[in-house]
Amino acid sequence: MGMPPRRVYLDNNATTPVLPEVFEAMRPYFTEHFGNASSIHTHGQETRAAVESARESVAALLGCRAAEIIFTSGGTEADNLAIVGLTKPGDHVITSSIEHHAVLHTCKHLEAIGREVTIVPVDGRGQVDPADVQRALRPTTRLISIMMANNETGVLQAVEEIGKIAADAGVCFHTDAVQAAGKVAIDVNQIGCHALSISGHKFHAPQGVGALYLRKGTHLDPLFYGGSHERSRRAGTENVPGIVGLGKASQLAKDAFDRGDDKKMSALRDRLEQGILAQVEDAVVNGESEKNNRVARVPNTTNIRFEHIEGESLVIALDLKGLAVSAGAACSSGATEGSHVLLAMGLRADQVRSSIRFSLGKQTTDEDIDFALALVSETVARMRELSPSYRKEAISS
Amino acid sequence: MSTDTIAVAMSGGVDSSAVAAMLRAEGHNLIGLTMQLWNQRRLAGREGMPEQVTGRCCSLDDVYDARRVAQQIGIPYYVVNHEDRFEREVVRPFVAEYLSGRTPIPCSLCNNHLKFDQLLVVARQIGAERVATGHYARVSYDETRQRWLLRRPADHSKDQTYFLFGLTQDQLSRTLFPLGDMTKPQVRELAHRQGLAIAEKPDSQEICFVPGGDYKRFIDAYLAEQGEALPATAGELVTTSGEVIGEHAGIHNFTVGQRKGLGVATGSPLYVIQISGAQKQVIVGGEENLYSKTLRAKRVNLISVEDLREPMRVSIKIRHRHEPAAATLEKTGVDEILATFDEPQRAITPGQAAVFYDGDIVVGGGWIA
Repeated sequence: MGMPPRRVYLDNNATTPVLPEVFEAMRPYFTEHFGNASSIHTHGQETRAAVESARESVAALLGCRAAEIIFTSGGTEADNLAIVGLTKPGDHVITSSIEHHAVLHTCKHLEAIGREVTIVPVDGRGQVDPADVQRALRPTTRLISIMMANNETGVLQAVEEIGKIAADAGVCFHTDAVQAAGKVAIDVNQIGCHALSISGHKFHAPQGVGALYLRKGTHLDPLFYGGSHERSRRAGTENVPGIVGLGKASQLAKDAFDRGDDKKMSALRDRLEQGILAQVEDAVVNGESEKNNRVARVPNTTNIRFEHIEGESLVIALDLKGLAVSAGAACSSGATEGSHVLLAMGLRADQVRSSIRFSLGKQTTDEDIDFALALVSETVARMRELSPSYRKEAISS
Repeated sequence: MSTDTIAVAMSGGVDSSAVAAMLRAEGHNLIGLTMQLWNQRRLAGREGMPEQVTGRCCSLDDVYDARRVAQQIGIPYYVVNHEDRFEREVVRPFVAEYLSGRTPIPCSLCNNHLKFDQLLVVARQIGAERVATGHYARVSYDETRQRWLLRRPADHSKDQTYFLFGLTQDQLSRTLFPLGDMTKPQVRELAHRQGLAIAEKPDSQEICFVPGGDYKRFIDAYLAEQGEALPATAGELVTTSGEVIGEHAGIHNFTVGQRKGLGVATGSPLYVIQISGAQKQVIVGGEENLYSKTLRAKRVNLISVEDLREPMRVSIKIRHRHEPAAATLEKTGVDEILATFDEPQRAITPGQAAVFYDGDIVVGGGWIA
């Protein structure tokens, strides 16, 4: 198979490339500075210093103290640590129907180990109504876990309002900010959360590293038992190169906000979105209501459905032509599973299946958007010509 | 070197892997596709169903094998999810057929509605004009008839044309069966030569979504999962002369020709002769009653001829493992035929397919009414 002339990657909510500056920062920690950060000798002291300065950079990104950051293997571990570690048998937990599986499946597991779980719904725009969270409170409620930004739609949740509800009720609030970190400014004190999860590879740090913010004074049971790493909250020798990468990416993300890069990102995303809507018939942005009162989203994500198209086939067709996007979640075989997020928003199964997520990264250029626009409209048109249901409708209308 | 792109339906087994390796070696542009049709874990652990289902079609092991072959030979590979359609077009009809006293063949439904229909749509949408599969059959264009022909493979012991009678001219024109001229040992030999790790993988035998081939337990588990009660299909055991000799627990437990498990003891062996879905009766009789000279087939698809304007001499397979028997076909309706055999045939079973042959050429086929 001949290589396509060009590859454009618009699946940055799945993962992002490590930025060259991040890679350079990490490089010495594979070979030159290899010490175990717990060792007392010079080798250990070097890596300890690197870990702690990374911790400060992550803390600066989230508006917290360095001591409140626990490094983990990624977002899933951070979510598990918060949800399992903050609850005990008999506790009640509130979460939402659009959480990542790292939260939803963990909550399902909680039910199996003696916690009770309430899953609040979302509206057609993909947003949790804080009043539903308020109504779900019980005397035994211990934890609310509602994400900050959704991975499929990019929709931002009303986390500050939910933080107030949690504070008033005296319950813990955890937010999965994996898709928010590096895309929108985060201030844990403004959100009023006790715990917040981030994942390095979603904002140009490497895969395999993440962090949990845990408010000072909040008791948490660890998931792992072993050494006293991370103040006994996460045993296991630190992934030093990964942590250094996460620190560098956090610093770069903060600098980028100061420069207003997020506005450039949303302009690029809007150009892609508006371009598709203008060029492709029967394309709809998921979550957009008739009155156009769209909710706030992270600047890099749009989720569009193309009526009468199997999103799965569109993803393959685009990939074969050099554009990487995604549809729904991958199940263990690698096939596409219908998105539970879009279903929860009230979309019909066929609408869910015809939906595609485009997510931009820092490396995305204007030319990438031009390439994507041309390819998407051409591919959708060709696919519809071959779609039995589209032809049927075209004839009958 | 061909310039068009071919989609290869890859199951992770030897046959389709060999097809991919062969076409790749010939220099074709290929896209490997695996259809995810049924979640094998879905009914696992339900009453009567095994906890673990491994090494079966659509299992993770098979997808793993298919993906590794694609990586090894260097072609793009994707898994496409057709579970909804498979359940709608294959699983539900399979259950419904048994519950109405017929014996279905899900593989033909799958070929008609998924492999050569939906997969072809997907293939064309992603830029492949043709689909290649590991079926043992041959397809070619006949200039004189101006029709695409489906023919039996060189290796009659692997013949799968019985399951392919529903293919339309358009589907056949876009289908490749590269194994049609090969024997199974040759295919394994080819897989070895190409260094494919799956060269010695055992053949799949049973219906892919029914673990252990126990369809009764599958129906129970599936209906329970759907929250549907098993319909009342119990009724009487009746002899061919109308005498009620006992009761049975449900017509779906029986197949025409079945001898064991009737639950009655008589002097001479009894066989299921007929199942009446409407009256919930299982009609039993001696072996001689199993033989019949005629069958009616519905939803007939014709391949080698456009229409049956006059009676036609053919040989007919009435089940997968059946030696084609000489018969005369007559058209009785838009897509219905009456077949009259030269010699009476044993256990003509409603729900199975009747596939008509002219030598090695598949004339067409239909569903036994």
